[in-house]
Amino acid sequence: MTKMKVNLTVNGQAHEVEAEPRQLLIHLLREDLNLTGPHIGCETSHCGACTIEMDGKSVKACTVFAAQAQGADITTIEGLSEPGTLNVLQESFREHHGLQCGYCTPGMITRAHRLLQENPTPTEEDVRFGMAGNLCRCTGYQNIVKSIMAAATELNSAKEAAE
Amino acid sequence: MIPAAFDYHRPQGIEDAVAILQAHGDDARVIAGGHSLIPMMKLRMAEVPNLVDLQDIESLKGITVQNGRVSIGAMVTQHELITDQALAVAAPIMREAALQIADPQVRYMGTIGGNVANGDPGNDMPGLMQCLDATFTLFGPDGARGVKARDFYEGAYMTERDDEEIMTAIHFDASTAGYAYEKQKRKIGDYATAAAAVMLTKDGGTCTSASIALTNLSDTPIWSQTAGAALVGTDCSPAAIKAAVAAGLDDIDPSEDNRGPVAFKYHAARMMISRAISSAWARA
Repeated sequence: MTKMKVNLTVNGQAHEVEAEPRQLLIHLLREDLNLTGPHIGCETSHCGACTIEMDGKSVKACTVFAAQAQGADITTIEGLSEPGTLNVLQESFREHHGLQCGYCTPGMITRAHRLLQENPTPTEEDVRFGMAGNLCRCTGYQNIVKSIMAAATELNSAKEAAE
Repeated sequence: MIPAAFDYHRPQGIEDAVAILQAHGDDARVIAGGHSLIPMMKLRMAEVPNLVDLQDIESLKGITVQNGRVSIGAMVTQHELITDQALAVAAPIMREAALQIADPQVRYMGTIGGNVANGDPGNDMPGLMQCLDATFTLFGPDGARGVKARDFYEGAYMTERDDEEIMTAIHFDASTAGYAYEKQKRKIGDYATAAAAVMLTKDGGTCTSASIALTNLSDTPIWSQTAGAALVGTDCSPAAIKAAVAAGLDDIDPSEDNRGPVAFKYHAARMMISRAISSAWARA
């Protein structure tokens, strides 16, 4: 099957990848670009482990063809912090036990990042509703919600301090 | 889960897209957000040798509210329906329903055009479009034509749209009517076990108009004219609501599936119609 050239920006870096149109974006990221932060969970657009950010939207990368991502600007969990450091959300998940096995965590944090971009002062209900596309089988969600609420507070006080 | 191979097309204009459909006939399908089609292709329940991606066609985007008329491009996403301020004023029922569809990630990608054109009886927007008395614009080799939402659905995945036509836009009147979209589902992201869209107007204490449509209770959405008629001229008392519910239940034909047996579907439908009427009446 003929491959096509897919040009896309991932974590600020421009890439040109040869891909079959049917290749899923999650496979392009993991196998061609070696970005294994976004995970493959259910592969049926339910679990959210493969969540990435594409053109300012939280997207399940298992339900996007590589071809559709031609021209897209993508951020994965790898692009949310400097190597070797934790960003505020990651630190908050660590601090509040927002993860156990960790499989859902990259998707959780990537989704939570966008949620807080759009709503910097969410209520607990906003967080639960905004995270409804990400499943976790360990934590019972309680500590994930706690982690995101705490990260929001932390980000807001950092913003206030800067002003 | 890898779908069968396909050739990928990304036309820049609607005429180009129609030309590709004409050239390939049954072997081509359009893709909007892809969140119904891609899962079906991955399961190999849909085979699409030529995939026509509509994402670059600017004329399919945007929401306008002008002179009391709402126009929504087919490629407008559920997320955009939720966040558009003008739409929230002109037709707040759109936001109420869109918030009950799928989950946040799916709503960033899923489009209104895909939701209404696919003909899936589980989708929420078709019933809502019938409640709003919307008109769909279909663009094909002979140009554009309008089809009423109430005339569009023929059966599960069977619609009035011809193979070489593409849905481009949806139009309906802005309304200040009381409204409600009530949906019973098993979990976040699920299709409705039963759902009801209700819009009604009130003058003094009397209902002056009512439109009631139902989701996933037949192989098409159901606009129940008799259910609406049962409310007009009444004060939406419990007895009037009971009569409207009975009329609505007369019009549906649910089937047993993993959401429950037929008797349960009738029960859920009764609850959703009744709640939606009460809620819409309180907001009228």
